[in-house]
Amino acid sequence: MSETLKIDFSHKQAAHCENGVVSNLMRHNGFEVSEPMVFGIGSGLLFSYLPFIKVNYAPVFTYRVLPGLVFNRFAKRVGIKVKREKFSSPKKAKARLDENLKNNNPVGLQVGVYNLIYFPDEYRFHFNAHNMVVYGKKDGQYLISDPVMESVTSLTERQLEKVRFAKGAFAPKGHIYYPTAFPEKLELESAIAKGIKQTCRDMTAPVPIVGVKAIRWVAKNIRKWPKKIGAKKTNHYLGQIVRMQEEIGTGGGGFRYIYAAFLLEAADEIHNEKLKKFSKEMTEIGDLWRDFALDASRIYKNRSSESDGYNKIADQLVAIANREENFFKRLKKAI
Amino acid sequence: MKKKEVPQDKSHLEKANIKDMVYAVDENGEYTAELSTGWEPKSIALDNAIQEIEERTAAAKARFFNNESSPIEYYMELHKMDIPILASYMGLWQWRVKRHLKPSVFRKLSAKTLQKYADVFEISIGQLKGINE
Repeated sequence: MSETLKIDFSHKQAAHCENGVVSNLMRHNGFEVSEPMVFGIGSGLLFSYLPFIKVNYAPVFTYRVLPGLVFNRFAKRVGIKVKREKFSSPKKAKARLDENLKNNNPVGLQVGVYNLIYFPDEYRFHFNAHNMVVYGKKDGQYLISDPVMESVTSLTERQLEKVRFAKGAFAPKGHIYYPTAFPEKLELESAIAKGIKQTCRDMTAPVPIVGVKAIRWVAKNIRKWPKKIGAKKTNHYLGQIVRMQEEIGTGGGGFRYIYAAFLLEAADEIHNEKLKKFSKEMTEIGDLWRDFALDASRIYKNRSSESDGYNKIADQLVAIANREENFFKRLKKAI
Repeated sequence: MKKKEVPQDKSHLEKANIKDMVYAVDENGEYTAELSTGWEPKSIALDNAIQEIEERTAAAKARFFNNESSPIEYYMELHKMDIPILASYMGLWQWRVKRHLKPSVFRKLSAKTLQKYADVFEISIGQLKGINE
């Protein structure tokens, strides 16, 4: 197929792929919503520790909610409808994509990173929750707007099929999604309140694997790991924590800075001056996470194993947990 | 993080011309999105993770030449996979893939299964059966 199909789509880089796709698709449909706004309303912020699931031979630590959840919550709260489809056949998945492009509809795709050729080799892991927009096709190449890239790019049919049908955890199965219906005006005010409340609830939940309790659990384990699993593995785990916190897509400080930006924007949107102070505090909490990452990196940089260092960063995590607990308890009352 | 504190360290992003977007506070206390070339603490973490994969790949290679493991283990590590990921690509149960790592079981694999492995690793069956020293 050599026909040219190019939808007029404006690409804007974002820190995180899912927020970026939503924000860019919204703009395409005439609604200017910033990345932090999408993230905050979609209650993207979290901390979770899943020691029984291993990725890259280390437990799962995450600073955000599960893939797809941000868009779903955002859509529900502002009153838009989203269509999602998965496929068992690559052929059907491709047909549905082409059909949408023909109808002038740019779509979001969930893809795996391992075969994404425009990423540097070092970043190509079997991570299947990346998101991009396809906005056209030219000379057999799909036109791609990947939110973590500064500008647009393209993939051949074969290359796109490979990333859409990557295998492993969270296999995308050709997952395609796009908004289908919009209200006259987005209901931002109530959506912001709902988004904030849920994050407050999640972060202070009385379960050990999410929120501040999970942060404390990690701190406790960091003290034990050197003796239990040895310095090499402990340092590998610490590296995994820092990468989840700071690697492409978090906006720095494990999404805490994006959240602070959201609170600042929300203050004006819902005329609540108190949120400005909360935003400042959230920035400070983000800084604490950065300090933690820096100190953790000093340990694994030298591949050293002095237990003093481990106790020190565990103390830092406990301090962060206390700060976040206090923060989200007060934020809940301020809304 | 203040705008002027956004780190601009060296990283692997450079060669692909990618910059990382971070959020920072400017002089007026407003949030802005800034581009960063990288930050050392995470670059080291990434380098260590890659080094670990390389070590595992080298170990798998040594095990193959010692006749302790089939080439599948080596190619699995080379492609940054583990048993669950490889099993998912093969459409097989994990315990079956695990068995295929045994040299004795590997030798008896059908041409069809070998071809499937070769396809997953994007090599020929001939290449799958050996490893370059």
